[in-house]
Parts: sequence; structure tokens; C-alpha cells
Amino acid sequence: MAVKVKIPVPLQRLTQGKEEVEGNAGTIISLINSLDQKYPGLGERVSEGGKLRRFVNIYVNEEDVRFMKNEETEVKDGDEVSIVPAIAGGC
Amino acid sequence: MDFTEEQLKRYSRHIILPEVGGKGQKKISEAKVLLVGAGGLGCPVGYYLAAAGVGTIAMVDDDKVELSNLQRQIAHSVKTLDVHKADSAKQTFEALNPDVNVIPIKERLNSKNILDLFRDYDIIVDGTDNFPTRYLINDACVMLKKPLVSGAILRFEGQVTTILPHDGPCYRCLFEEAPPPGLVPSCQEAGVLGVLPGVIGALQATEVLKLIIGKGTPLKGRLLIYDALGVNFRKVKIPKNDDCAICGKSPTITELTDLPEEYCSI
Repeated sequence: MAVKVKIPVPLQRLTQGKEEVEGNAGTIISLINSLDQKYPGLGERVSEGGKLRRFVNIYVNEEDVRFMKNEETEVKDGDEVSIVPAIAGGC
Repeated sequence: MDFTEEQLKRYSRHIILPEVGGKGQKKISEAKVLLVGAGGLGCPVGYYLAAAGVGTIAMVDDDKVELSNLQRQIAHSVKTLDVHKADSAKQTFEALNPDVNVIPIKERLNSKNILDLFRDYDIIVDGTDNFPTRYLINDACVMLKKPLVSGAILRFEGQVTTILPHDGPCYRCLFEEAPPPGLVPSCQEAGVLGVLPGVIGALQATEVLKLIIGKGTPLKGRLLIYDALGVNFRKVKIPKNDDCAICGKSPTITELTDLPEEYCSI
């Protein structure tokens, strides 16, 4: 069993249209970096210089990692990670 | 106010609900709701609130109706092309329900006019298409302690949350800052499924009605994410951020400012 990562629609073109991908347990930043190897470009959309971008939130299950250990938050097999970017459309 | 026979008939399916009843319907008819944007989200929100009998609905929008709007902006029609969206929506909503007073406000919100425009309303609904206005609306609502029902859409995905200032997190607690211009595409650039604002707008209208009648649990401290392609509704927690720049323990934003214009084109 791996970590499930929910990819938001704006980033799905980097994951060949997949809305969910799998990654390895460990810290959030190592998860992002390893996903970036497989899906190039994903890392820089979500993080910059090893830090998460402030307009993209990451949730482990329902919890915002900013209120845990941020990019150092540990995820384990079976956890569901959601990447949620700010969107502004009302049009 | 006492309901006329016609109104009793019109609102009978509401009045028969124990959670609404005559009392709740009276609250609805006395409510004053301001919608920012008369576009994809503003149309369905305003449509359902007008049908529900919300007494006063203000629509803030300075755009005019274009043909490319009609794929989703259901309050407008080919008959109102080139008409101000706020006026077009007024015609549609008042035709549906003459009890409702729709106030068109054909202005762009800015740090100078926003507090005066919001002051007289009970609930604010965000259906704007850009980040600077979203942060401005949030900050004004926090300052005025106005409930804010926020919705956003892009392509096949929507987000909704209800902000009750000082009784839960605000939009800045959720997203600390706006993405830099150019990083997140607009609906114009990236597209939007026409029915998506209908789904998200209907959820926003539901939140507004719940707040008015004071029933149920508001979508506070949670972000509801709808993914139309995968048919997923997910909720994630929004913790109140003690370091929030506007509603935290030592706020750094004490007066409203306008973000640079270039943000508006994202």
C-alpha cells in the first residue's frame, strides 16, 4: 500500500490526466520530489527551494500540513494527500 | 410583514418545511444579500435567492453581457447582449419573482468603495474572477464582521467555503497569498464546464439560505472541493491561522489596499 496523492485539475496535465497518483511514505517534501521525477514540473508548481508555495495547500487526509510540520510532515502508507491550489474563477 | 395569499402559495414548499416555516420565510424576505459578480456564479446564486424570496439582492458587476457568457451565465440571454450584467440579471430575477428588489451596482469594487457598499447587507457572496478582488472582499468582510460565502471555479473543479469572521478562519487563513500573475489561468484561458458554476453557485445559495434561517451547520472551517470529472466531493479542514494577516492575533493589515492591476488579468 502506498500514499495516494490527489492531483487538482490544473495540474493533471502533468500527470497524464490522472486525478490520483501513488507515492512513497516519508516527508511531504520527499514525496513531492519523488513525484517530480515521475511527473516533471509537478515539484515546481507546488514548491520552491524545498518550501511549499503559499498559494498551494497540501492536506494529509483532511489536515492542512501548514498546521503540522509543513513540508517535513510525515505521511505513511494508506494516507491520502491532497494538493489544493487557490483558484479564483467566478466567470 | 404579513404574507399575501399569493406569497403563501409561492413559498408554500418552504413554509411547509419545519426548518423554514412562516418565520424562516419572513427572515428570507427581510434578508439583504450582496453578490459580487453577475457572471457564472452570480447568476445561479441570484436566481435561486430570487426564487426563494430574498427581499433585497444587490448585484455588483461593471461588465456587459457577451455572447461567450451565455454558455453558463443563465440569467442573461441574447436579448440582453451588450446590456450591463447587473441590469440583465435584475430583469431576469424580477420577472421570476416581483417580490424581490434587485439593486444593480455597476461599479468595480476597490478599497475606497467596498466598505460603504457592503455595510447595509447581511451576507456577502463572492463570485468574482480574480484574486485581488477575492482578498479585498475577504478583508472587508473581516473588518465589517460580515458572513461571506465564497465560491470559485476553474475547468472541472470548484471550491466553496463559508467564512464567519472572528468565528472561524477567513480566506487568508486558507490561502495566505495570491498566486503571482500568470501562474493560475483564468476561465477565459483555461475554460470552464458551463454547468460547473451552476453546481457551485447552488451550493453557495444553499449556504446563504441556511445562514438566513439559522439552521443546519454552515460550511465554516472547511473547504468543499468538487471535482466534476471524478464525481468527488471532498472536504478539507481550514484551521484558523493565529498568524493570519487580517484576522490573526496581531494583524498586519489594518486598512484596505488594492493589489496591482496586473493580478486582475490572471
